[in-house]
Amino acid sequence: MSSSTLVSRTRYAVAENKLTLLAAILFALLIFCAIFGQMLAPYGPLMTNESARMQPPSWAHLFGTDALGRDIFSRVLIATRLDLGMAISAVVISFVVGTGLGAIAGYWGGWVDAIFGRVMDTIMAFPLFVLAMGIVAALGNNVTNIIIATAVINLPFYGRFARAEVNVRRDLAYVEAARMGGNGAIRILYGHIVRNILPTMLVQASLNMGWAILNAAGLSFIGLGVRPPTPEWGIMVSEGASFIISGEWWTFVFPGGALVIAVFCFNLLGDGLRDIVDPRRRT
Amino acid sequence: MIRFLRIAGRRLLGAVPSLIGVIIVTFLLSHALPGDPAVLFAGPAADAASVAQVRAHLGLDHSLPQQFLTYVWQLAHGDLGQSLTTGQPVLTDLMERLPASLELTLVALIFAIGVAVPLGIWAATRPNSWVDHLCRGTVTIAAAFPTFFVALLLVYVFYFLIPLAPEPVGRLNDVYFDAPTTITGFYLIDSILEGNWQTFAGSLAQIILPAISLGLFALAPIARITRAAMLQTLASDHVRTARACGLSRRRILITYALRNAMLPVVNVLGMVFSFVLGSNVLIEDVYGWPGVGAYAVKAVISSDYAAVQGFILMMAVLYILLNLVVDLVSMIVDPRVRFEG
Repeated sequence: MSSSTLVSRTRYAVAENKLTLLAAILFALLIFCAIFGQMLAPYGPLMTNESARMQPPSWAHLFGTDALGRDIFSRVLIATRLDLGMAISAVVISFVVGTGLGAIAGYWGGWVDAIFGRVMDTIMAFPLFVLAMGIVAALGNNVTNIIIATAVINLPFYGRFARAEVNVRRDLAYVEAARMGGNGAIRILYGHIVRNILPTMLVQASLNMGWAILNAAGLSFIGLGVRPPTPEWGIMVSEGASFIISGEWWTFVFPGGALVIAVFCFNLLGDGLRDIVDPRRRT
Repeated sequence: MIRFLRIAGRRLLGAVPSLIGVIIVTFLLSHALPGDPAVLFAGPAADAASVAQVRAHLGLDHSLPQQFLTYVWQLAHGDLGQSLTTGQPVLTDLMERLPASLELTLVALIFAIGVAVPLGIWAATRPNSWVDHLCRGTVTIAAAFPTFFVALLLVYVFYFLIPLAPEPVGRLNDVYFDAPTTITGFYLIDSILEGNWQTFAGSLAQIILPAISLGLFALAPIARITRAAMLQTLASDHVRTARACGLSRRRILITYALRNAMLPVVNVLGMVFSFVLGSNVLIEDVYGWPGVGAYAVKAVISSDYAAVQGFILMMAVLYILLNLVVDLVSMIVDPRVRFEG
């Protein structure tokens, strides 16, 4: 689409659904925290303080302090980079690998396609969080493996979609024309087909981000991947969990709230993007 | 009917490749690891001698294909290995805990469907009204809440702040109630079969919060797909005809529109199952629920790999079976699927 239709559609989508604007603001805020959080945090993320343990939120400690006297506000702020980083890396990997493999399978068909289809089916045959858990448990407990696991379980969403779209387009007249013009397979695939399906794929990626965040945080919550004392939202919620019965709500509510805002933001953003790119798919 | 059975049989056969794939992946996850699987299986406390013993015992000194055959052979005999933490066969452990997780999952699904489908219908009858926006907003916010966070929040609000819910100590507080005799393994059903209403009330009270935490996430996909499908059928010719014939609103909505809109809804349930089944892992611990999810988390943390592997395999098999059920249900609700098949 041309840039003027893009602008007018964007304007229409924002006017029609004010929440998209809210999502864009939240997104800017999250990115800001991810970049500058480290500098803006009033306390060090690992700085313990014996005399200020388990304090409720106050002006000195906006989100209160935890069992070791660490400032929860600083930890939540600094964790933004790690949580978003894990989710974004995972989504980028599954986007690139999934689209690439899917496009190849859809374009060439035959045994390549058959194997591709089987692998995707097998991934989808697992409850996805369980598979992610198995991958991290097998590969080892670290951040890289959380990213790999999250990328693997998201692969089929991109792979199947790209495969189907490429399969439909590979014999269309304009692709045939490009082939007649002497373009090679790679060039046709990238320049003529994948570029056409890219906007829709990006919507998928944005909708997928929220889930990737939940997945990575969930793995940390059950003790896989990121280890304490690293500030990470999932771990912080799990550390705070033991203080529910004694009523120290701030230990888990703030990091959990940060997760909710991040996921909410990406879900809204995905919906908004879809309304712009592909209005018919709105539900 | 014959036709139905034949197609059902074909679906069943269609699940076989997935099953084979699942077994291969579970095998690879444990046997083709970057580290030494014998060290993993032996557990963190093992010394060199016991690692060597485990290696010989598991046949890890054989070639990979040979190991795979052994693995399949053992699976065929129901042998999932021994758990390091409980000292029991993994299969026994899992079967003991499965009913608790299944009961929780099913109640969560009933909650999600029971709330989301009416919400979706309601929104579809008044598109772009405040009702529609409210429904959409509610489910979108619900979908942003991590399951484990909801679980903690609900315990905090409904147990600590306003003591409405019982203490989160699992399926039944055995200080006040006796567990029902095992018939189906589902406390809610067993207690009814026994006629023990006190136990029924006790287990119902225990299951409400965890079921809501699990089901909340599923509201959004179900409600949205219901709304979209209903909008489509409500705009179709046969509904217009029904309306023109003067049929009652309820009749049009339920008999004519909903029945036709059910297929996409049933299909999305497959995906919802996947989420809910997987999320058991996240919340069972919070509620002290004695299910397979909490068992798996403990196993992961103590590097009890045979138990983790068994759990993953069982969940995958369960999920394949549930998807078969979804397929069969969609054949029942929509004759078109039967004929296409």
